Amino acid sequence: MLKETPFHPRTAPLCVSHAWRRWAGYVVASSYELSHEREYHAIRSSAALLDVTPLYKYLISGPDAARLLDRVVTRDVMKTRVGQVLYTTWCDAHGKVVDDGTVSRLDERLFRMTAADPNLRWLHENAVGLDVKIEDVSARTAALALQGPSSRAILERATGADLSGLKYFRVTRANLGGIPVTISRTGYTGDLGYEVWLDAGQALPVWDALIEAGTPYGITPTGILALDVARIEAGLMLLEVDYFSAHHALIERQKSSPFELNLGWTVNLEKGPYVGKRALAEEAARGPAWRFVGLEVEWESLAGLYAEVGLAPRLPAVAWRASVPVYSGSAQVGYATSGCWSPLLKKYLALAHLEGAHGAAGTSLEMEVTVEHHRKRARARVVKTPFFDPERKRA
Amino acid sequence: MKYDAIVIGGGHNGLVNAAYLARAGKKVLVLERRERVGGAAVTEEVFPGFKFSVFSYVVSLLRPEIIRDLDLPGHGLHILPLESTITPLPNGDYLGQWGDHDQNRRELYRHSPRDAEAYDDYGREMHFMAKAVQPILGMVPPDPTSLAPSDLLGLLRLSRHFRNLGREQFHALYKLMTMSSADFLDEWFENDALKATKSASGIIGTFLGPRSPGTAYVLLHHYMGEIDGVFRAWGFAKGGTGAVSEAIAAAARRFGAQIRTGASVASVSVKGNRATGVVLEHGEEIEAGVVVSGIDPRQTFINLVGEKHLPDDFTAAIKRYKFRGSSGKVNLALSELPDFTCLPGVGPHLRGAISISPSLDYVERAYDDAKYGAFSRRPYMDVVIPSMIDPGMAPPGKHVMSCFVQYAPFDVQGGWDDRKREAFGDAVVDTLAEFAPNLKRAILHRQVLTPADIERVTGLSEGNIFQGELALHQLFFLRPAASFAKYRTPLRGLYQCGAGTHPGGGIMGASGRLAAVEILKDGA
Repeated sequence: MLKETPFHPRTAPLCVSHAWRRWAGYVVASSYELSHEREYHAIRSSAALLDVTPLYKYLISGPDAARLLDRVVTRDVMKTRVGQVLYTTWCDAHGKVVDDGTVSRLDERLFRMTAADPNLRWLHENAVGLDVKIEDVSARTAALALQGPSSRAILERATGADLSGLKYFRVTRANLGGIPVTISRTGYTGDLGYEVWLDAGQALPVWDALIEAGTPYGITPTGILALDVARIEAGLMLLEVDYFSAHHALIERQKSSPFELNLGWTVNLEKGPYVGKRALAEEAARGPAWRFVGLEVEWESLAGLYAEVGLAPRLPAVAWRASVPVYSGSAQVGYATSGCWSPLLKKYLALAHLEGAHGAAGTSLEMEVTVEHHRKRARARVVKTPFFDPERKRA
Repeated sequence: MKYDAIVIGGGHNGLVNAAYLARAGKKVLVLERRERVGGAAVTEEVFPGFKFSVFSYVVSLLRPEIIRDLDLPGHGLHILPLESTITPLPNGDYLGQWGDHDQNRRELYRHSPRDAEAYDDYGREMHFMAKAVQPILGMVPPDPTSLAPSDLLGLLRLSRHFRNLGREQFHALYKLMTMSSADFLDEWFENDALKATKSASGIIGTFLGPRSPGTAYVLLHHYMGEIDGVFRAWGFAKGGTGAVSEAIAAAARRFGAQIRTGASVASVSVKGNRATGVVLEHGEEIEAGVVVSGIDPRQTFINLVGEKHLPDDFTAAIKRYKFRGSSGKVNLALSELPDFTCLPGVGPHLRGAISISPSLDYVERAYDDAKYGAFSRRPYMDVVIPSMIDPGMAPPGKHVMSCFVQYAPFDVQGGWDDRKREAFGDAVVDTLAEFAPNLKRAILHRQVLTPADIERVTGLSEGNIFQGELALHQLFFLRPAASFAKYRTPLRGLYQCGAGTHPGGGIMGASGRLAAVEILKDGA
C-alpha cells in the first residue's frame, strides 16, 4: 500500500482530477484540477501550495553534527551559521554524485538534511568515530512548499511575523496558526518561495491556516505536474530523471560528477577532507567530460517541421522526462533528459547533457523531435540556466 | 535633433512599431499625449487599491512573432489563462463553456445532446477555416486591382492558402464571410443561449446585431487563437492590459527607442508632398525622416495632416470610413464577489467570462435600442473579474469587475451627458443584479465609460475600440481606404500603424509590426 501524507484528508477532496502519482512511497497529487495549467500560473503569479512531505528528512545532532555533514557533502558545513541553508550535492569516493538536497543549520549542534533518496545508511557509514545522532524524521516531519510572488505576504499574515529579514536560503522558527514550525526560504521553483517544516501530527491546522491566510491572495493547491514545469524553467535537476545516483548506477557511464551536472559551484576544494574530494580535485584540474545545460528549441525551426505535414507545432502540455538525442551536425553529442513548453517564457525548453566541447552558451545544435511519428531535428541553442530567474527570488 | 522616425501615439501598435524600427537600428521617438503609454491598453488605479484595465481588458491574438521578436516575457509580460464562459439564463440555470473537453461536452449535453456532438465538428470546421485565413493576419494586404509584382505575389500566396481548403470548406468560408452570425450558427446548433453567446463575438466593436449579414466571420477569431496554440493568444495579462503596453514599451526602450509621454501632437509638418516631422501642442517642432501615426485615420488625416495636403478622393474615403462606436465599459470595485443565483458561491466560473447573452432575441433587441439612438436597456455584456485571475488587481479579499457593454451608440439621441452616463451605468448594474442580486451592495466604486468618454480619454474617434468598425467593407485591402491599405499614405514619409489598418482591432500588434516591415522596405 502507498502511504498517504498527513495532508491527505485535505488534499484528497481537492483532487477533482483524481490524478495521483507516487513519490517515495507516498501518493501525492499530479494536479488537483483537471489541468495543471492554473496551478503552474499560481507558482509564477500568485502562490502555490505543495505537499512535499515525501522528501527524505534527517535530523543530525550532537557535538560532531557539523563534522559529519562536512565529511559527507561537497560544500563547507563547518562555516555555516545557524539559520543558514545550503543546497549541496554529496558524492561517493570517486567523486560521483549520490544525491542532492539541502542542509539547514537549525542550531549549533542541530541540522536538518533533505534528500531525494534514502541516505540514512550512507550517513551512518560516514559517522564512524563521531559523536553524533542521526534520526530519520521523514515520516514524522510534514512539509509544505509555498511558492510564488505572494508567498511572503501569505506567510506573514499566517504567522504574524515579519519575514522581510529572512533572506534567500535562510531558515527561521515561527508560529503558524498556534503551531511551532520552521520556515526556510527555499524551494524547487526558482521563484520567491518558502518551505514550512512541522510535526506531522499538526499538519491539518497548518494547512488550514495557510489556506485561510492565502485565499485573498489566490493561494492554489498545486501538484507535481506544475512543479515539474517550474523546476525546468528554474534549471533545477531531478534525481532519477536528469541524473542517476552513483549508488544506483549499473555501469560507470550512468554516473555523473557535480561538475558534469553544472554544480561545480557546490564543490569546495579548500575545506578539509570529505568523501570524493581527491577525485573531484583531479576532475577540477582536467575539466569535466560532460556539461549539463539549458537548451532553447528555436520556434521557427520547430514550426517549419510541423508545417511540412500541414500542422501547427504541437507540444506536450506537461513536462516530459525522457532521453532525447541532441546532435551537432551528423554526430550525437548528448541527450536531453527533461523538457517543457514554458507558458510564461513562451519558449520550448530542455535540460541536456552535452559532451564538454558543445556546452558553451550560444552553441547551435539540433534536438530530436517526433513529428507525426517521424524523427526530425529542430535547431536548438545552448543557453544559460536558470531560464527564468526573477529578482524577487533573492530580493 | 532629427529622428529617423516619429511615432504618433503610444498605444500598443505604436509601441510595437517603434520597437521594430528601433530594433532595425533606427532612431525612434514615440510621442504619447497622455502621461502613460498604452492608449486603450492601460491599467489605472481608478479607485485607491483597485486596478482596472480601463478600456481593453483581454489579450486577443497578440501575434506570437511579436512576443518572440521583442521578448515580451523577458520584459514582464505574463498571460494568464481565461478558460471558461458562463451564460446565466433567465430560468435560473446557466450554460457553461469550459476549457476541459469532457466537462464542456457534459455541460452542453445537459442542454442539448445534439449540440454537444455538433460542438466538436463545428470546432474542427472552424479550425480548418481559421487556418486558411490566419496567415492573412501576418500579411501586408495585396491590392487585387493592382498588377504590381508585390501585389500579385501576395495574391498568389493568399490563393495558395485557400487552395488548401476542401471544396466544402471553401463554401463554408464564403458563407462565413457573408452571413449573419445568427444564421451561420443556426446551421450548427439548436441551443439559443449557446448561439447567442457565440454570436456575441461577431458583433463586438461593430454597429451591427447578430442577425446582420457580415457578422459571422469574426467567429473565426476565436479559432485563430487556438491555432497559435501554446502561445495562448487569448488571455488575461497579469497586471492588466497596461502590462502588455509596458512590456512592449520596455522592449522598445531596450532597442533604443525614446518615449515621451505628455507630448501631444498638434499637427504633422508637410513640405510639398512629404511629411517632415510634427509640431507639438506647445509649439515645439520635431523633425523626422518618417512620421508614423498610430492613431486612427480620422485623427491622423483630418486633424493632424489637414485636408489641404491630401487628395480629395482620399479625404472623401477617410470621411466615409465608419467608426460608430457602439460599446461602453463599466468598471466596478467590489467589496465581495458577485453571487450568481445560477451558480451560488465562489467557484471556477468566476475566473472566466460571464456572458450576458441568454438568447439571440435578447442580443438582437439590445441592438434594436441602439439602432434608434438609445443605449440598450438590457445590454449584451462580457464580464470578467480580473482579481479572480490576478489577485494583485485589488486589495486582498476585494475584487474588480470589468463589464464590456454593448450597445451604447456614440450618437445617442440628445448626446451623452452625466445624467445619461449614470442612467447607462444603472442599466448595466440592474441587468447584472438580476443574475447576481448581491452585486449592488458590493459596489464600492463605479466607473462608467460611454463611447464619448472613450473618445475623450483615448482619442479613439467616436469611441470605436477598433479604430474603425471591423466590417467587411473596411477590412483587408480596404482598411482604411482603397489603395492605401499598405500602411502608406498619399504623403511620402507618412505611414499608419494603428488598428485602422489591416488587420486591425484587439491587442494583436500586427498592424504595428507590418507597418514597420513596410517602412523598412521603403528604406526609411
